Amino acid sequence: MSEVRTLNLNMGPQHPSTHGVLRVALELDGETVVKAKPVIGYLHTGVEKTMESKLYHKALPLTDRMDYLAPMSNNLGYCLAVEKLMGIEVPEKVKWVRACLAELTRVNSHLVWVGTHGLDLGAMSMFLYAFRDRETILDIYEACGGQRMMTSYFRIGGLAKDIPKDFDKRVRHIIKEVRKGLIDYEKLLTENEIFIKRTKGVAVISAEDAINYSLSGPMLRGSGIKHDLRKANPYSGYENFDFEIPIGKNGDAYDRYKLRLEEIRQSFRICEQILDGMPEGPFRAHVPGVVLPPKEDVLHKIESMIFHFKIITEGFKAPVGSVYQAIESPKGEIGFYITGDGTNTPRRVRVRPPAFVNLASLPKLVEGGLFADVVCAIGSIDIILGEVDR
Amino acid sequence: MGLEEKIPDSIMLTTLDKMVNWSRKRSMWPLGFGLACCAIEMMSTFAPHFDLARFGMEVTRPSPRQADLMIIAGRVSRKMAPVVRTLYEQMPNPKWVLAMGACACSGGVFNNYAVVQGVDRIVPVDIYVPGCPPRPEQLIDGILKLYKEVEKDSLKVHSEKLGRKLG
Amino acid sequence: MEEKIRLFLKRKFGDAVLGEDNFRGDQSFFISAESLFPICEALQDSGELDIKFLADITAVDWQGHESAKDGRFEVVYNLYSLSHCYRFFLRVRLPESNPSVSSLTDLWAGANWMEREVYDMFGITFEGHPDLTRILTPDGFEGHPLRKDFSITYEQPMFNWNKDNPPEVIK
Repeated sequence: MSEVRTLNLNMGPQHPSTHGVLRVALELDGETVVKAKPVIGYLHTGVEKTMESKLYHKALPLTDRMDYLAPMSNNLGYCLAVEKLMGIEVPEKVKWVRACLAELTRVNSHLVWVGTHGLDLGAMSMFLYAFRDRETILDIYEACGGQRMMTSYFRIGGLAKDIPKDFDKRVRHIIKEVRKGLIDYEKLLTENEIFIKRTKGVAVISAEDAINYSLSGPMLRGSGIKHDLRKANPYSGYENFDFEIPIGKNGDAYDRYKLRLEEIRQSFRICEQILDGMPEGPFRAHVPGVVLPPKEDVLHKIESMIFHFKIITEGFKAPVGSVYQAIESPKGEIGFYITGDGTNTPRRVRVRPPAFVNLASLPKLVEGGLFADVVCAIGSIDIILGEVDR
Repeated sequence: MGLEEKIPDSIMLTTLDKMVNWSRKRSMWPLGFGLACCAIEMMSTFAPHFDLARFGMEVTRPSPRQADLMIIAGRVSRKMAPVVRTLYEQMPNPKWVLAMGACACSGGVFNNYAVVQGVDRIVPVDIYVPGCPPRPEQLIDGILKLYKEVEKDSLKVHSEKLGRKLG
Repeated sequence: MEEKIRLFLKRKFGDAVLGEDNFRGDQSFFISAESLFPICEALQDSGELDIKFLADITAVDWQGHESAKDGRFEVVYNLYSLSHCYRFFLRVRLPESNPSVSSLTDLWAGANWMEREVYDMFGITFEGHPDLTRILTPDGFEGHPLRKDFSITYEQPMFNWNKDNPPEVIK
């Protein structure tokens, strides 16, 4: 009997299809993956530690830089958590604008995902189409927050400034453009023989395992579990909107792809409802000493200026206690666990990272499969290393 | 390549310089290597809207052995730093490094235990493009500025400069 | 739902529940470290309560705060019921010297990485964990970054540019 030897192969940290700096240590028997061990931490930034050393308002820009494809979702989660901790109720308009932008963020993230996943599997043109359409969304980010990616547009208790006058027109333009684009994507990928061969039956995870691995987002829904925090525990006005939760059947990469495209359509449904019924009102709650006063007032009213100065220099004191606020980000459940200890900096800010938890299931997805499918599995989890490592 | 040191200074060398520099700058291949947020803006730069291919840079090379320019796009953590250095050393001469984004330039907002405070501590940087993240136009501007530097290079000087850099 | 869980815990583990807290609608139960595993096991098999989803494991370092007298570290287990859409927390207090609690990897496979992260960041050990190694920080890293006595700008001498000349730590 000859000895069976396996091959150890190191994939990453610099690899074109690991979506950043993920490293996977693989053990191969021929073409079959015997063992896979993801090694992470190559982008560990110390975000949590840095947030704990900052005032509540000043920790906000750091949240953008975790999941950099969904900055608005992260902002939303953090703002909601601090608002919960401080017991602030935001105006109705703020909720709706936030929900609208969070949905556009979902589209943004899924577009990049479709593009890069296509690129991984050899469909180069998909990348070009997806990035073309994504630019329209970045334009509205820029119009609102003044930045293309790291908007930090939401503030604790409201928005940084009022929405631009042509907000409605811009969002409708995005919806029109991306809907047109979706037809192209469907033509390019959904019926594509090669794409189906590469994704159907690949990286399968059953519903039971999905729960056992604490998966969330499209990974969980792809396995047929109808769970979406927007419906389950509505936040930021989601109880007012009518939308479907798409679910998959087989829990493979193809189902997750179909599901994400369907989520884009549902996001547009929500956006249209928001635009049709956008309430009027202030763009920031009036809570002196906690919420920053609007810039207009700071320039013209003495007490607003004093509050502004006090909040920026000293911050506000949070009560002793812990809150957890989870929202449905494009990747899954992103939760902010914030512990206040009576001082002006948080005792603990914990980010429950969806991609980190989802990535832990990678060995389960690839072991026993073919080596070439590892790329597809990593892609279908939709990881963002900035958020995995924080 | 090693040969350039043997060539004596002459009018021929300057003409050769011009030609070599021209070809180098018009076919600079970046290393396909993204770290964090800035990598997404780098991808946008390659994508249709901004189209870096206009400047002869549409080919990103996944392997450092075929690349001329390393765009360090994003924060470099201490765990990643040895990897970045290894990649740099695997690139053949002549090579250039562009630090993209505030984190790569100086550590940015992350002044903490995990992030290398400026990538110039581990590799020699030729051009800095600050911003968080810099817009694609800024990156293109940085690359064009780098081209100007490349134009000034001489074969001889370049080999000397490299000797200093790595020494 | 809250009432049901309280009854369930009281009936089966009367003494192990040390207290409870409801802050801004987030219900949490304080339990003792040794009863963690049996409680989680029972909750997972609890049938109609349907608590099958472990959303998160994290920890809080209370050093320097008055509540540190109950134990410096607090490990927080974030449990969720998918069918009832209900979330609650289990909290375990651990002492400063040798903080250790039993691992939940036998119940939830997802607990593996979460526990490794808590170990890496806080130095809390999980007994029975199959591979309790550092996950985010580099190999050979000293200290646990999220502890309050770890300086944020601490630069561990790891490379030759700061090996001979270690930078000053700013407190």
